[in-house]
Amino acid sequence: MHPSFQRHKRVAGRMVATEPAWLRFLLIGSTIGIVAGIIVIPMIFVFYKAFANGFSTYWENLFGNAEARHAIKLTLIVALASVAINTVCGVAAAWVLTKFRFPGRTFLLTLIDLPFAVSPVVAGLMFVLIFGRQGWCGPWLQEHGIRIIFSWPALILATTFVTLPFVARELIPLMQSLGNDEELAAVSLGANPWQMFWRVTLPNIKWALLFGIIQCNARAIGEFGAVYVVSGRISGETDTMAVLVQKLYESPGAMSAAYAVASVLTLMALATLGLKLLLEQRVTQSLEETAQTTGEAP
Amino acid sequence: MSIRVQDVTKKFGDFTALNQISLTVPTGQLTALLGPSGSGKTTLLRIIAGLEAPDLGNILFEDEDVTGRAARDRNIGFVFQHYALFRHMTVFENVAFGMRVRSAPKAEVHERVHELLHLVRLEGLGNRYPSELSGGQRQRVALARALAVKPRMLLLDEPFGALDAKVRQELRTWLRKLHEEMPVTTVFVTHDQEEAFEVADQVVVMRQGGIEQAGSPQEVFDHPATPFVMDFIGNVNVFHGRVFGGQAEVGPFTLSVKGDTHSEPRTATAYVRPHELAIERTASAHSLAGRVVQVNPAGAVQRVRVFAEEFGIELSVDLVRERAQQLSLKVGEQVHVRPWAARVFTPDQDYVI
Repeated sequence: MHPSFQRHKRVAGRMVATEPAWLRFLLIGSTIGIVAGIIVIPMIFVFYKAFANGFSTYWENLFGNAEARHAIKLTLIVALASVAINTVCGVAAAWVLTKFRFPGRTFLLTLIDLPFAVSPVVAGLMFVLIFGRQGWCGPWLQEHGIRIIFSWPALILATTFVTLPFVARELIPLMQSLGNDEELAAVSLGANPWQMFWRVTLPNIKWALLFGIIQCNARAIGEFGAVYVVSGRISGETDTMAVLVQKLYESPGAMSAAYAVASVLTLMALATLGLKLLLEQRVTQSLEETAQTTGEAP
Repeated sequence: MSIRVQDVTKKFGDFTALNQISLTVPTGQLTALLGPSGSGKTTLLRIIAGLEAPDLGNILFEDEDVTGRAARDRNIGFVFQHYALFRHMTVFENVAFGMRVRSAPKAEVHERVHELLHLVRLEGLGNRYPSELSGGQRQRVALARALAVKPRMLLLDEPFGALDAKVRQELRTWLRKLHEEMPVTTVFVTHDQEEAFEVADQVVVMRQGGIEQAGSPQEVFDHPATPFVMDFIGNVNVFHGRVFGGQAEVGPFTLSVKGDTHSEPRTATAYVRPHELAIERTASAHSLAGRVVQVNPAGAVQRVRVFAEEFGIELSVDLVRERAQQLSLKVGEQVHVRPWAARVFTPDQDYVI
């Protein structure tokens, strides 16, 4: 090899890694240590504890117990309902915020993020203050025999509030970069608003929307703080999985049951993570394509 | 289908995009809306399409008032500046879209799409996606898509703006040919005067939300109505001076102005196109002495720049090839420049001599 070429290569090599070897090992090592110590080991521990008394006990803990069965069912129903609400509201909000200019738009954009900033416990308390027996609407609701707090509607309300930003936040940047030329083109070609949405808008945002839905769903299943406050923790009635884990953990002799339910929550989280990984590629791809086709402006 | 624009005004906040515009676009003709950016040409096009609503005024298609009608009910073909092709659909589906939303029978859709892809010379590319096409191909898909619904008129927003010079030239010629084969009333927006003059039957020059002049390319080019039009369409030499008693003294030249009855002197500006200046080796009445500073061959003409020291102005002169060969000018040579035509504009009136 030509000597000058070799020298050049050495220079290039030094430029890539300027840190001494020991520092690199220290940084990489501590990163792995943190991930293992805080994420991987606790997760394995959950499964280890769940299966500590054998698989049949594990199965019995989950499905032999009416309360656990109910909690799983309730969690799924609440998650499904709040995801459905947030999908519709998220698309509508993203639509309004990106396709129109109106006074107060920036304020609304900020307001959409509010649920991320407010502690879930405060969110739950807020609903108790509005719909609770002593709350603003309490007397009226009682008169009409409607029960919200300490019942499933409150669970859906609280979960929806906490997970509100996920879908909208995923869609807003994408829809902003898409602009509304394609929608206008559809309209000029004779499409009605419904046709425009299903045939042009939705196909363009589907990956980002799905991504938002998955994140929303993961958060909805795991929500604890807000649900804890509004549910009243009525066994077999308003206990979601997250609340049940906490309950079982604190009652004597139910430790393995607590871990069994926790393991299901963990499994759901892992499934979400897998889906997210798959989708992340599609989302970045569609964002890049958008940049490609709209970036041609002279 | 003729288009009539009646007293249309459109404001965006404090900005007046269109100020009481009236315009008639004749049936079957190709009309160009020409103007610098911010002149309101695109806004006018979008108002005709129904993508934007006017604050005041009416839009008539033939004798039918369509002002209150939504874009989707106007049956127009609109081609967007950046094409706005549906990126998740194939070329075929893009072109078919307008028929699909009208639930046209499948066989008919197939036939029409193939017919159109043939027309825009994109046969065999029906299965491609917009991202797999070149700029010129995308433009033609956009055009086919707009034509698929058999529109009453075709509206094009800067149709060749995003293309490179060669493709642009090709598509221009092609659009003109297409229009002759299929004479749909067409309006297109452009800021390129060459494009407007080459393609259009009628040129509408716009400025700051108003129409400066509307007419055939020949009319607009030979008889510009205002200094702005004169300045906007092509290169021009400008001389400032005064006009009185039928005479205009502009810069070095004295020109007679027909029909000027004013006896008191008024300020005037004379505009002379580069091809309206003659270069001679010998001095004559009303000629101006100068030094050649630049000689550029530019296709059919030779572009010469002459610096007149006496007045401190630089003139741009276009010579036809034969004359250029005859003179064979060199940089640094002393020559005499004489205008054989000029347009003199006074602040309130204009005269052409």
